[in-house]
Amino acid sequence: MDQLFLVSIIVAKIIVIVVALLVSVAYLTYFERKVIGYMQSRIGPNRVGPGGLFQPFADVLKLILKEIIMPTASNKFLFIIAPMISIATALAGWAVIPFDKINVLANINAGVLYSLSLSSLGVYGIMIAGWASNSKYAMFGALRAAAQSISYEIAMGFALVGVMMAASSLNFQTIIHAQSGGIWHWYWLPLFPLFLVYWISGVAETNRAPFDVAEGETEIVAGFHVEYSGTAFALFFLAEYANMILISTLIAVLFLGGWLSPFEGIPVLEGLFAWVPGVVWLLMKTAFFIFVYLWIRATFPRYRYDQIMRLGWKILIPVTLVWIVVEAFAIQLNIGPWFAR
Amino acid sequence: MQRLKQLIKSFSLWELLIGLKLTGRYFFKRKVTIQYPEEKTPTSVRFRGIHAQRRYPNGEERCIACKLCEAVCPALAITIEAEPREDGSRRTTLYDIDLFKCVYCGFCEEACPVDAIVLTRFADYHMENRGENILTKEKLLAIGDEFESVIAKDRAEDARYR
Repeated sequence: MDQLFLVSIIVAKIIVIVVALLVSVAYLTYFERKVIGYMQSRIGPNRVGPGGLFQPFADVLKLILKEIIMPTASNKFLFIIAPMISIATALAGWAVIPFDKINVLANINAGVLYSLSLSSLGVYGIMIAGWASNSKYAMFGALRAAAQSISYEIAMGFALVGVMMAASSLNFQTIIHAQSGGIWHWYWLPLFPLFLVYWISGVAETNRAPFDVAEGETEIVAGFHVEYSGTAFALFFLAEYANMILISTLIAVLFLGGWLSPFEGIPVLEGLFAWVPGVVWLLMKTAFFIFVYLWIRATFPRYRYDQIMRLGWKILIPVTLVWIVVEAFAIQLNIGPWFAR
Repeated sequence: MQRLKQLIKSFSLWELLIGLKLTGRYFFKRKVTIQYPEEKTPTSVRFRGIHAQRRYPNGEERCIACKLCEAVCPALAITIEAEPREDGSRRTTLYDIDLFKCVYCGFCEEACPVDAIVLTRFADYHMENRGENILTKEKLLAIGDEFESVIAKDRAEDARYR
């Protein structure tokens, strides 16, 4: 009976997280269209509902009502399983995210490792989709996704190594607690190069512009999901946007102190904003990075394929290696407020 | 030295930041979107939209079936058949314009000696069934009757340049 109660509590938590996530994904698509429209001197969707606020629901309804077309030459099993892998990994990554001092679904020891491995697994969804479609554009998209992911995973992993060294832990709550003490204690400052590297490889990880070669709208139509339609396509779409939010949350947790208040350590303001729950700060930090995602998409053209590989192997990885050595020295010498024991 | 400068510039993402600054400025600029059905851009008096046939103020149709428009039409969109009416005047029995063939060049209007066939400034129309792309004489006259005031005003305004 106790077991059952525990399980039902966990299921309720999962439902709350997933529903909140799906609603934010829906409004992220709206927000994206608005932001990019504004940056192009347009006003974006404004017809469905007040200010276009019901546009996401209209889009969802359209996608659900559409037919799923199964290419005759495709591998049926893999074709169906690929979007499921994408969405499952995108949702499962949220299990270890701490929303508050106490609110986290699974406060596991190796949280960083778990989220890193799940975000890497998401690439399999893309690769399998590209392979199973049996179409040349999808195949190209899958090949690009594979090559892109191996050149970015390493830089991303090394950026996380820097955070783990600084906090000497793989647990997200411990990492956040290690950053407490005000905005200058957060890891973005001592680990600034790693912060940038993690952000760049995070954008590449989620296949967003300017690293959206796997999708490559103008070159290979839609890349890995050309053959998908209806709900199957919606799952890929959902996974991509859920991953965007996940990466934004992760970077907020790892480098910007997660749910910590930015006014910590400032005499008057700290007391003034003490009543604000931690999740609000986390959401604000996440929203900032999501905005930067869209801002970047509205600004930069797509990288050429070989340029991405060069950036990953010849710039990002050396930068992380150098900074890890620098950080190791800083930790040994107990420098600053960050590495003092 | 030059190389070092270049290195610092590229590692500080300087040019990317300049690009972000530009789009960031545009984010707050005035938006140029025109909300189409409610707002419309101004059109010229010479705008070439849907066709119309005009009447004289006494209600008599202007067209005298000279077939100049049919002859000048580069897309062969106009078909005319004519017979003398009971009162002896020459009038069309059939005047069809195929909107799918028409290229809206306005030559028919220029060729017309009595200003009967005109292109109006209305361009938002649609067809729902097959065959509706053929504008018959009745339809043309109906469009002319509906928009006569606008048509007459546009012609008067443009008259001194003709």
